[in-house]
Amino acid sequence: MKNTKIKTPRVAFGKLLLNEARLALRSPIGIGMGLALPLLLLVVFGSIPVMRQVSSDLGGLSYFALSFPILIVVTVLTLSIVILPRSLIKYRETGILRRLSVTPVPPSWLLAAQIAINLAIVVVGIIILTAAGVAVFGLEIPKNIPEFLLADFLTITSLFAVGLCIAAMVKNDAVAQGIGGFLFFALMFFGGIWIPRPLMPPMLLDISNGMPLGASVDAIQRAMQGLLPSLQSILVLTAYTLVFGYLAVRYFKWE
Amino acid sequence: MTQNTSTIAITVSHLKKTYGNVQAVDDVSFAVNEGEIFGLLGPNGAGKTTTVECITGLRHPDGGTISVLGLDPQVNGDALHPVVGVQLQFSTFPDKLKVSEILDMYQSFYQNLANPEELANALGFNEKLGSYYKTLSGGQKQRVSVALALIGQPKIAVLDEMTTSLDPQARLDIWELIEKIRDRGTTVILVTHYMEEAERLCDRVALIDNGRIVALDTPSGLIEKTTGGKQVRFTPSKPFADQLLKVLPEVKTIERQGDHVKVVGSGQLVNAVILTLAKNSIEALDVQTQGSTLEDAFVKLTGRRIHEDKEAQSIA
Repeated sequence: MKNTKIKTPRVAFGKLLLNEARLALRSPIGIGMGLALPLLLLVVFGSIPVMRQVSSDLGGLSYFALSFPILIVVTVLTLSIVILPRSLIKYRETGILRRLSVTPVPPSWLLAAQIAINLAIVVVGIIILTAAGVAVFGLEIPKNIPEFLLADFLTITSLFAVGLCIAAMVKNDAVAQGIGGFLFFALMFFGGIWIPRPLMPPMLLDISNGMPLGASVDAIQRAMQGLLPSLQSILVLTAYTLVFGYLAVRYFKWE
Repeated sequence: MTQNTSTIAITVSHLKKTYGNVQAVDDVSFAVNEGEIFGLLGPNGAGKTTTVECITGLRHPDGGTISVLGLDPQVNGDALHPVVGVQLQFSTFPDKLKVSEILDMYQSFYQNLANPEELANALGFNEKLGSYYKTLSGGQKQRVSVALALIGQPKIAVLDEMTTSLDPQARLDIWELIEKIRDRGTTVILVTHYMEEAERLCDRVALIDNGRIVALDTPSGLIEKTTGGKQVRFTPSKPFADQLLKVLPEVKTIERQGDHVKVVGSGQLVNAVILTLAKNSIEALDVQTQGSTLEDAFVKLTGRRIHEDKEAQSIA
């Protein structure tokens, strides 16, 4: 943001941000799916006594405790894979980025504003989920706060990188919607939404460990329990961030 | 308008642009003077939009050079964007932003601001400032788009088909506004396929067909050169000497056919002739006028009408 030709770059970026925030509030699909839905699931899971029973099959945890990292990941996944690419592709499709490219403000600022707004929703979502889980449903406070934050951070960077890569490579909104929907459920499967990771057969668990959601659910879960995240999960998430981040930068088109 | 004293704002020389094997722009050259309204006129697909997209830096020319205020738009975009306002032919804004919010955002991009309320008033969408963009009609969206091109008080305004989908009154309003900003010193480059718009607004016009400039002149100059200009025939109430009308700048030739007089010329020919006669207490009876338009000039030059699509429809 070193463009000196703009009156006040900070004000200009602030206006972009403000309008993106307005749009996020006025079409609340991102907030609804990314914030409200996981919170609703948290309330439902937390209200069913069976779900909160500790089981030795689940490594001494309850279904509820196991579902918590998955709910965090649902928030990140929704905004990074479903919402973000579609907004950016629409901006490109409808010529909004093109129009911006003939103003003093580079279109990359709109991209940055989009990422910032979706990040903000994700962070708020994680805070609400964690606070509600701990305060209302007796979830243990993450025992390893720095590791918990690191696990969340890497979850965010890896999934946003994948989302930006979709935005870079897919040309139209309908296709992006299909890809986003497919990836959402495919990744959630390996994250353990239907078969909790401790119950996965070894081969499935191996695949899950190599998938972004498997790695992030694992890292968040271990941080909750006060364990260090496995080196494997950190490497997997870092690799996704770097590879997809590179592809996104390499192939992004403004029109 | 005074070409000799003014400086050049935009120079395009030997511009070439190809899409696949379609030669969209083929060796186009022209210069736009500072403070004039310069029109690029021609049928759809003639290469007008491609030409201005190269001028605004949106497209890379395949050949030739472009200089805007002495700078190359491909290299010095950062320096040009603050002073070149652009209205693109197809541009939209987010449905769920209010018009005022879009204006407000675009205002923050520029150093020198036009008064946004004045713009909204002049363009007639002031009562829509509080409405969501998606609720606007096509014409209203078009007017917002023109406002955004002018909001930064640009030195150069590039307007691509600015009056498409506007009703006649709105068109007149925009024309007035464009003349006003030209009078304040803004250079305007206007892409249009409306002959009437070019004739009314443009100081000079380049007729473009199939990626080439077929003629470049003032609108009246083009009409005169290609169609022989305007004619007025009348019967004077009393005899007069040819010299009386010959001295008028509008008049080119005078012919007598019995009682009838036939005057050929240009500009406000009819007015000039009748006024001069009246001043000398001569009445013009049975006045018949014949005017040519840019449309006639275009047909003469290319052998085709400018709105081919209409023609195609009528054949079908």
